[in-house]
Amino acid sequence: MSGCPFGGDQQTPAGTHSDASAAPAETSDGANRRLSRRGLLGLAGVGGAGAVAGIAAGLLGHDALAAAAAPPAANDSVIPFFGDRQAGITTAAQDRLHMAAFDVTTENRTALIELLKDWTAAAEAMTAGRTTGSTGAVDGPYDAPPEDTGEALDLEAGRLTITFGFGASLFEKDGKARFGLDGKRPDALIDLPHFPGDALEPARTGGDIVVQACADDPQVAVHAIRNLARIGFGKARVRWSQLGFGRTSSTSRAQTTARNLFGFKDGTNNLKAEDTALLDEHVWAGAGSRAGEAWMEGGSYLVSRRIRMHIEIWDRTSLREQEGLIGRTKGEGAPLSGGKEFTAPDFSIKGNDGEPLIAMDAHVRLAHADQNDGVRMLRRGYNYTDGSDGLGHLDAGLFFIAFVKDPRTHYVPMQMTMAKEDVLALEYLKHTGSGLFAVPPGVKQGGFIGEGLFT
Amino acid sequence: MPGLTSPKIRRTAGARLAVVAATAVLPLALASCTDNANANASGTTDGPIQVTSTAAECKVSATEAPSGNLTFAVKNDGTEVTEFYVLAEDGLRIVAEVENIGPGITRNLVLTAPAGKYITACKPGMKGDGIRADFTVKDSGKQATVDADLQKLVDTGVTQYTAYVKDQTEQLVAGTKEFAAAYAAGDAAKAKSLYAATRMHWERIEPVAESFGDLDPKLDAREADLEPGQKWTGWHRAEKDLFPPAGYKALTAAERSAIAKQLVADTEELSTRTRTVELSADKLGNGAKELLDEVARGKVTGEEEIWSHTDLWDFQANVDGARIAFENLKPALQQKDAALATDLDAKFSALQAELKKHAKGDGFAYYNELSKDEVQQLSALVDSLGEPLSKLTAAVVL
Ligand SMILES: [Cu+2]
Repeated sequence: MSGCPFGGDQQTPAGTHSDASAAPAETSDGANRRLSRRGLLGLAGVGGAGAVAGIAAGLLGHDALAAAAAPPAANDSVIPFFGDRQAGITTAAQDRLHMAAFDVTTENRTALIELLKDWTAAAEAMTAGRTTGSTGAVDGPYDAPPEDTGEALDLEAGRLTITFGFGASLFEKDGKARFGLDGKRPDALIDLPHFPGDALEPARTGGDIVVQACADDPQVAVHAIRNLARIGFGKARVRWSQLGFGRTSSTSRAQTTARNLFGFKDGTNNLKAEDTALLDEHVWAGAGSRAGEAWMEGGSYLVSRRIRMHIEIWDRTSLREQEGLIGRTKGEGAPLSGGKEFTAPDFSIKGNDGEPLIAMDAHVRLAHADQNDGVRMLRRGYNYTDGSDGLGHLDAGLFFIAFVKDPRTHYVPMQMTMAKEDVLALEYLKHTGSGLFAVPPGVKQGGFIGEGLFT
Repeated sequence: MPGLTSPKIRRTAGARLAVVAATAVLPLALASCTDNANANASGTTDGPIQVTSTAAECKVSATEAPSGNLTFAVKNDGTEVTEFYVLAEDGLRIVAEVENIGPGITRNLVLTAPAGKYITACKPGMKGDGIRADFTVKDSGKQATVDADLQKLVDTGVTQYTAYVKDQTEQLVAGTKEFAAAYAAGDAAKAKSLYAATRMHWERIEPVAESFGDLDPKLDAREADLEPGQKWTGWHRAEKDLFPPAGYKALTAAERSAIAKQLVADTEELSTRTRTVELSADKLGNGAKELLDEVARGKVTGEEEIWSHTDLWDFQANVDGARIAFENLKPALQQKDAALATDLDAKFSALQAELKKHAKGDGFAYYNELSKDEVQQLSALVDSLGEPLSKLTAAVVL
């Protein structure tokens, strides 16, 4: 399957790609100059207790000591945090996810700004493979709890990315503006409509701020959310969180197509980091039409949907029916109209019964850009399994994540179609959680996430 | 309505079923299991017999094979849609076929063939007699048996099920009229007493009823299934009004009347349309499976009858419908896979016995009266039946 609410299909001419310069903005060389968690430990060991204070003092935003301590070994595991755009959108999808949505519990604007600054500093440190706080996990006072929780010590940075987004409820609640953000809520940050079949659980839906942590190592991703949650205590509270494993899309042409829990390839025709012109057209937000929403320029909108899959029922479904519902072969992932995985589907080609080989209600047809005014999205979903439902069935499915330029044009119409017409969605899927967040542009050195909102 | 359907969907889903039906030739005993066609004529390699179909050629990697399970891996190397047939010696009777293979795609054809002479044929472009070649199946000692009366048994089963659908629809129409009259007249007590029992006639034939994509949502949509602006009619609209949640504002007499009238009209329309539905063995088999899926998805979770909590009536009716379909196919199944028939018999009985524990008077306990353990027990039995039931279609049709 491949670019929709549930891994639908969006046309991409296969073959023309590799605009290497378009790959995730990995421009900063700062990352390599910083201490890795491992390097830090080694240094602490050598220097002994006496050196600790010096290290602690030196760590906060200053690179000299770090540069001396850790050789600038090319570190493939670090994705730079700073940049024009946030990492974790076009970054080649990592294998693991921990996403959390927070409710901000303070109503104080200054406190919110402080929180965002603290989160920015911690996120920068963790993505670079360092510990949080000035003394990290083991170098603080003996009688104080460590500043960093420590479970990522000895682990590589793991290509950790931390991506922040703001929900509508951060801007206004019960009709009242919060944090002096009157007029700052972007018009595109709508309240999503009820889609047929939605079975949304409040405890899995909404939130003031979302944090997406993706990494190659689940422990690194969990560490990131855990430390941010801890920093947030008193100002923000986790509303819901979701672990994901097994990326269900590829966001770079360097990646192979992954499979979802239905066993089908997903993300075949996803928008990819290399498709720079298409990203401008479909993913990156513009300055909007009002001054109040100009802060979103260069950002994007994150849609999250927790999609429970009735996998036991699916597993009892014939291969003919499975392939027919998807519109692709299960093995190769080729469209049923013929060819190979990356062959464009031919929706007109018919079988001997006069019916199209790709059924009218096949998932790939309904989700295809051709059927949706040409709109595309960049999907970044993950498989999830959250134990079982108490009835002997796995609570498993797809945690759908997509980045779009404007959800009003790039998500809602397609999801409405899928919810109404896609037999796959009707019979085998149930949406149990939902979120829509405005993802601001990236942060420059010395700045903080969402800064544009407060100026 | 677990299927949350809307107009287009089920129509096309039905179309897909029709495709299945067209493929479902019922000749020799085609295998339901893949014992793989080891040994092709060249005798050197195991695995499927390779067939390559192009515009001008139909290359088959072997010209003979031992009797038993055979697998042909049919690769379309041409530029048009192709088909592959195994024909009887007379070149007319279709033993097995795989159709609608798009260019570049490989599809397996699995069959159990007794010793004898056959003809293979590729049909690039799906036109003409195809590109033919002789094919011999030699006696391997693993002789597949053929019962010439099999088709007759299947036909009988389909006829019986068609009659069952007709009977249930008639009862549904009669019951709906009675329910609608009581509901429209404001006799809530009577309407409530008729609600679950009448719906059972619908739930027993749900896959057939759902094949009418426009009627299904009108009759059976749950509130959560609605799209913005969609008018809500049907059974569950009345359900909410009869079993109101806290803070619910009751419908007016005129509104009730309109709902009742529409319910009867839509049900009569359904009845008319079912008269011309053509059923086939695969529809019975798939329908039985779908009914159990419905139970697993919506009834076991108590989501179908969210206000009335009469899910066990629906549950029983779905099981009834699945069981009748199975029993109509059973004589044929016993010839093809007696062990599966026995297994299904035992598992239907076990589920039925558990359901019976919750019987109360003419009906059942309300779903919210069941303990967690009881729900788990029902769910486990549904899964235990659902798994073998999913093998029914292939066992009978292939
Ligand atoms: Cu999809």
